[in-house]
Amino acid sequence: MTASIQIQRTPDVQYLLRVGDTCLILGQRLAEWCGHGPVLEEDIALTNMALDLVGQARAVLTHAGKLAGPLDDQKLDEDQLAFLRDEHDFFNITMVELPGGPKDGDFAFTVLRNAMVATLLKLLWERLIDSKDLELAGIAGKAVKEARYHQQHAADWVVRLGDGTAESRRRMEAALATLWRYSEEWFQADAVDDHAHATGLGPRWADLRPTWTSEMNAILEDATLSAPKASAFRSTGKHGVHSEHMGFILATMQSLQRSFPGGVW
Amino acid sequence: MSLQVAEDLLVRQAWEVLSTVLDPEVPALSVRDLGIVRDVLIDERGMEIILTPTYSGCPATEVIEQDVLSAIAAAGLGAARVTLRRAPAWTTDWISEDGKRKLFEYGIAPPGPVLDGGAVPIRFMARQVAAPRLICPQCKSQNTERLSAFGATACKALYRCLACKEPFEHFKPI
Repeated sequence: MTASIQIQRTPDVQYLLRVGDTCLILGQRLAEWCGHGPVLEEDIALTNMALDLVGQARAVLTHAGKLAGPLDDQKLDEDQLAFLRDEHDFFNITMVELPGGPKDGDFAFTVLRNAMVATLLKLLWERLIDSKDLELAGIAGKAVKEARYHQQHAADWVVRLGDGTAESRRRMEAALATLWRYSEEWFQADAVDDHAHATGLGPRWADLRPTWTSEMNAILEDATLSAPKASAFRSTGKHGVHSEHMGFILATMQSLQRSFPGGVW
Repeated sequence: MSLQVAEDLLVRQAWEVLSTVLDPEVPALSVRDLGIVRDVLIDERGMEIILTPTYSGCPATEVIEQDVLSAIAAAGLGAARVTLRRAPAWTTDWISEDGKRKLFEYGIAPPGPVLDGGAVPIRFMARQVAAPRLICPQCKSQNTERLSAFGATACKALYRCLACKEPFEHFKPI
């Protein structure tokens, strides 16, 4: 087994890793659908989106790795960050680590999560284009185009299932009841966001809330669904405190690199 | 021959070589047709070729880097390196007219122009998507429809022709 790496938990590093890890873990979850999609077109769609998300994660982790080394002059690369960090050093939002694949979830859960997260990421990338961090701005310029396509595709499915058959609607309502409360976490202000806002690295996620809510409500309205009432529940993934599912996803994702250190394709 | 003239010649030769490097996933197009070669520069370390990747996760990017370097080396143009430049982001508007024609002849419906700022109006309920009318690369009919928003590679969607009944791929405008 390869020992875990340590990172510097500065506000900049945490802000970047919230974005990069959210893309990485959702990409990993969507990849679970490879070969298991309900129809061939959606199998291809989910894995194409996984590919985009992993690509975005690679770019952000590579960039974060320049700042995240435990010693000031030490850089970490994308693979070290993805495969050799322990759970508490991942800062993805909790929603993306929830199981929702073909074995333990369903397609309604997956497309609703995709719609919610793609809407968030689209709004985030749109703002990150103006980041003072020019590398991050460059990554955002590409990623925003991909996120728009993901949002549109996922939203189409939310509408189709919500305003579909009794069974598809039942599943979509169940997904909404489970997932909606996990969006509260995203918009809780904290020192990492304040620092990013103050230094021009990126927006406070809380500032994205009004637009996110109105876009999601438009989707849900078309789907003849309505958003559940606000909940007091707060997940904490973006602070490095994860659900019980995170360890399992990391075990799958990291096993090859831990067992065969430095292995490459 | 002055140094400047020699450098200009080298750059011109490099562009010619790059016209022969094909995209591994869409071999109808060269990397120049695709518009991902943004610049060829010469400095004291040799030649620097600036590439802009198409999609964040496109697995062809690394293959293209290697193919470009191999082709430059095979042409004997000296030391070369590839630099990836992300901004401004690649757009299908950079595919040359020649490239779009080659795509069509290869059987892939080329992308139309990207809308203002790349923003695609979000339309929900898109079961019968108001997607642009594409011309079937096989029979040239305009009676076509989208089968799948995603295709065999990140850059493509899948369509079918209702006239000749053949499926075909479309290079998505982005």
